[in-house]
Amino acid sequence: MSKWILVLAMALVTGMLKAQVTISGKVLDQKNKAVSGVSVGLRDSYDGATSDSLGNFRFTTSERGKKILEASSIGFRAFELELDIQGSNIQQDIILREEISELKAVVISAGTFEASDRKKATVLNPIDIVTTASGNGDVTGALKSLPGAQQVGESEGLFVRGGTAQETRTYIDGTLVNNFFYSSVPNIAQRGRFSPFIFKGTIFSTGGYSALYGQALSSALILESIDIPEQTSANIGVTMLSLSAGYQHVAKNKQSSFGLNYGYTDLTLAFAIIKQRQEYQQVPVYHNADANFRIRTSKTGILKYYGTFSTNELSFFQPSIDTPGYKSGFGISNLNTYHNLSWRENLGKKWKMHAGISYTYNKDKIRSGLYTMDKEPVVVDGLAFRNFYQERLGNYANAKLVLERRLAGLTMIRVGGEYNYSDDRSDYTTWNGIVFPFQAKEHIKAAFAETDIYVTNDLAAKIGGRYEHSSLLNRQSIAPRLSLAYKTGKNGQASVAYGVFYQNPDIRYLTGSADFNFAKATHYIAQYQRVTSLQTFRAEVFYKKYDDLIKTKFNGALEAASGTDGYGDAKGFEFFWRDKQTIKNLDYWISYSYLDTKRDFLNFPSVTQPNFATRHTASLVLKKFVTKLKMNINGAYNFATGRPYYYIMFNPQSGKNEFVDKGQTIDYHNLSFSLNYLPSIGKKDAKMFAVYVLSVSNVFNFYQEYGYEYSYNGYRKQAIVPPSRVFVFLGAFLSFGVDRTDDAINNNL
Amino acid sequence: MKKFISLLLICTLAKTAVFSQSDKYVKAMEDKLAQVEKTGSADGWKDLANGFERIADVEKSQWLPYYYAALSRVMGGYMLGNGQAGGFADKTDPEADKADELISKALSLSGENSEIWCIRKMIATLRMSADPMNRWQTYGPAAAEALQKAKQMDPANPRVYLLEGQDKFYTPEQFGGSKSEAKALFEEALKKFESFKPATPIHPTWGASQAKYFLGQIQ
Repeated sequence: MSKWILVLAMALVTGMLKAQVTISGKVLDQKNKAVSGVSVGLRDSYDGATSDSLGNFRFTTSERGKKILEASSIGFRAFELELDIQGSNIQQDIILREEISELKAVVISAGTFEASDRKKATVLNPIDIVTTASGNGDVTGALKSLPGAQQVGESEGLFVRGGTAQETRTYIDGTLVNNFFYSSVPNIAQRGRFSPFIFKGTIFSTGGYSALYGQALSSALILESIDIPEQTSANIGVTMLSLSAGYQHVAKNKQSSFGLNYGYTDLTLAFAIIKQRQEYQQVPVYHNADANFRIRTSKTGILKYYGTFSTNELSFFQPSIDTPGYKSGFGISNLNTYHNLSWRENLGKKWKMHAGISYTYNKDKIRSGLYTMDKEPVVVDGLAFRNFYQERLGNYANAKLVLERRLAGLTMIRVGGEYNYSDDRSDYTTWNGIVFPFQAKEHIKAAFAETDIYVTNDLAAKIGGRYEHSSLLNRQSIAPRLSLAYKTGKNGQASVAYGVFYQNPDIRYLTGSADFNFAKATHYIAQYQRVTSLQTFRAEVFYKKYDDLIKTKFNGALEAASGTDGYGDAKGFEFFWRDKQTIKNLDYWISYSYLDTKRDFLNFPSVTQPNFATRHTASLVLKKFVTKLKMNINGAYNFATGRPYYYIMFNPQSGKNEFVDKGQTIDYHNLSFSLNYLPSIGKKDAKMFAVYVLSVSNVFNFYQEYGYEYSYNGYRKQAIVPPSRVFVFLGAFLSFGVDRTDDAINNNL
Repeated sequence: MKKFISLLLICTLAKTAVFSQSDKYVKAMEDKLAQVEKTGSADGWKDLANGFERIADVEKSQWLPYYYAALSRVMGGYMLGNGQAGGFADKTDPEADKADELISKALSLSGENSEIWCIRKMIATLRMSADPMNRWQTYGPAAAEALQKAKQMDPANPRVYLLEGQDKFYTPEQFGGSKSEAKALFEEALKKFESFKPATPIHPTWGASQAKYFLGQIQ
C-alpha cells in the first residue's frame, strides 16, 4: 500500500515539476521608456527571454519557490528581484537604472575640440590634424580651420577669441612647453617644432578649460604623445625641402620601445623654384634630431621620454621701408633642446597618478640693421636704432603631479601641484656697442583641485580651482573654474563654462621695478552640440573679459612695461558642422566665427580692435579618399574679413601715444589642396610602403594681405604679404618593415 | 523490502537528476544551436547571446556557452553595422566589449584554442569596420594576428578559411581584396567542413552555409 502511495506521490511531484509557470512583464528605464534586448531570466536557471522592441518579455519556467529574477543589458545596472513562484503565472515589470558610463554620459565640452582615438565619438580624429589641406602638416595648422582661431599669417601661434598668440599655451603629456614654435622672424610665420605624428591625442580648448592648466589667458592646446608603437620600423623621407631618416625599435614583448630620428631641412631648392619676396643671404637650414623611449612599468603604467635637439639659421634682406636706397637685413640662428619625461600609473584600484617633468634650453642670436645696396652694414643718421644685435637665452623647467581618485561611476577628484621655472636673459647691443642686459627669473608654484561629478548620465559638472604664486610678481592668485553639461536628448547636449584665468605679463617688458599684476581673463561660454558618429553640429557663444593687461611705454631705447592697467573684452558666436554622411565618401566641415573684440594694452592710445582680430572667419574643409586611385584628396578654403592696421607714435606735445594712421586690410582668401598617393596600401606582403605627397597652398594665387608695416616716422607704409603667393610641396616617404603608410602621410601633408 | 525499494528509488532519482542536469544542458545547447544557423537579424542574435549567457552562468564550468554567447554578440554587431562603411562605432563598440568579456571567460575555462582565436579575429574585424579610416592601422593587424593564431592552433578548422575568405571578399581590390582568392578560400573551407568532426555535437560546426552563401555571391 505504502508502495503505491510513494508512486502516487512521485507522480504528483513529477507532474508539478512539469507544470509551467509563465513570467512576463515589461522592461522600462527610469524615464518610463521601453528597453529592448534585455536579458531577463531566473538565476541558476536557463529559463529566460529577451525583451522585444516594446520592452515586453515572456518566458516559462518549471522552477518553484523563492527565485531571483535577473535582468541585464549593456549600459544598465544589473537588476535583481526575489520572486516567490507558486503555481500561478507572474506579471512583473522591471525598471532598469542606467549605468553611468563613458559611452553614454554627457561630455563636458564647452570650449573644447578634441581629436583622439578614444572610443567616444569626437569632433576630430587624430588623422584630421594632418590631413587638413590648409594645415601644411603643422600641429596648429588644422586647428586654424576650427571656430575660435584667427587666420593670422604673419606670425606663428594660435590667436583665439581676441587673444594674442602668447595667450595660447601648449602642454605635452601634461607639462607646459616653451618655444613650441621656431623662433619668430618678422612677418613670416614659423612652424611648430613638433611633428604631428608623435601625438595620438589633441585637445584644443578655446576657453573654460580645467584647473589643471594655468598661465594661459585664452586657450590651451593639450597634446598627448603616443605610447608604444605597433612594430619595429625604419623610415626615410625625401622631399623638396628635406631629407630624413629614423628608426623605431619595439621590444618583442611590446613592453618597451625606443626610437631615433634625424632630419635635415634646406630650403635652397624650394626657394629657387618658388620665388620669395625676401632676398636670402642664408636660406633657412634646419637640423633636427629627436629620441624617445617608452617603457611599460606595469599593466597600466607607462614611462615615456621624448627629447629633441635642433639648430636652425636664416638671414635675408629686403628694401628698407625707412629710407629708399638701403636694404634692411635680418638674421637669426637658434639652438634649442627639449626633454620631456612623463609617468602615469594606477596606484591601486581607485588612485591614478600622472607625473611629468620637462626642460627646455633655447638660444637665439638675432642681427638686424640697415645695409647699403651692396649689402654692406651701414649706420644711417636718425635710423641708428634699426641696427642691433641681440642674444636671448632661455632655461625653462616644468614639473607637474596629478593624483586622481575615482569615487563612484565616473565621479572623481583630482588634486595636484605644478612648479614652473624660467630664466630669461637677453643682451641687447645697440649700434654703438652699448649693451642692455636683462634677466628675469621666475618661479611659479601652483596647486589645483577639481572634481568631475556625474549626477546621472545626463548631468555632469566639473568644479575646480587653481592657486598660483609668482615669485617675480610677488603675487598670488586663485582661479575658480566651473563647467556644467546636460544631455538634452540622445545625441544633443548643452553645456556652460565659467572660469578665471591668470597669466604673467610678457616677461620681455618687465624691465622696471613697478608693481605688476597677473593679466586676468574671465570666460563665460554656452554651447549646444549634437553629435552622431557621422555628423557633428555645434554652436557656441562666449564672452571674455580682460583685466590687468600690460601697458607699455618707450623708455628711450626699448619698450618697457609701465603698468598692468590695460583691459578689454571679446564676445562672439561660432558654428561648426561636420558631415560624413550626406555625400557618399566625402567628409567635409564648415566652421564660422564671429568675433567682436577691443582692448587697451601695450602702447595702444585707447581701446581699440587689435590687428590680430577680425570679425568674420570661415573655413570649408574637404576630404575624400578615392579607393580606385589609392589617393587621398584634401581641399580647404579659408576666409577672413580684413583686419585693422594702425601706426602708433608718441606725441611729445601731448605726452601721449597717438594713432597716426589707421586702415583695414582686404579680405583674406586661401584655397589649399593636397594629394596623397599610397600605391602600396593593401599589399599585405609588401616590405616597403611608400607615400607620395603633393600639396599646394593658395592654389588660385589670391593676393593676400596680413597687415601693414610703417616707416619709423609713419610716412610710408606697405602691405605685409606672404613670402610667396603660392607654395608647392612635393615629397616621398618610405617606410620599411611594417605598414606605416599613415605615418608617412602624416609627416608632411 | 520497503527500505530497499525506497533506497532504489532514491538512487534512481538521484541518478536521473544527475543525468538530467547534463542532458538538460546538452538539450538546451542543441535547441539554441539549431537557431544559430537560422538567425539573420540583430535582435535574433541578441536573443541568442542572452540565452547562451544564461546557460553559461548556470553551468559556470563550460566554455562553449560563453563561446557561443560571444559569437552571437559579434554576429549581432555585424548586423547592426550592415551596409554602411563605418560610422557606427557607438552602436557596435559596446557589443564588441561584451563579446570580449565573454570570450575571455570562455578562454579561462578552456585554455587557448583555434575557435577562441576565430572569435577574437571577428571582434577585431567588427571594431575595425565600425570606423575603418581611423582604425585599420590598429585592428587590421590585430585581426590578421588572431586569424594566424587560429590557423596555427588548428589548420583543419574550416572557420579559419571562411573568415579569411570573408576578408578577401569584403576588402576592396585596391587594399588587397580579391574575389577569386576569396572563392578559393571558401572552397577550401567547404572541403574542410566535409572532414571536420566536432569533439561533441555541441562543439562548433557552424559556417558551411555561410561559405556556400558567399560562393553563391561570387558566381
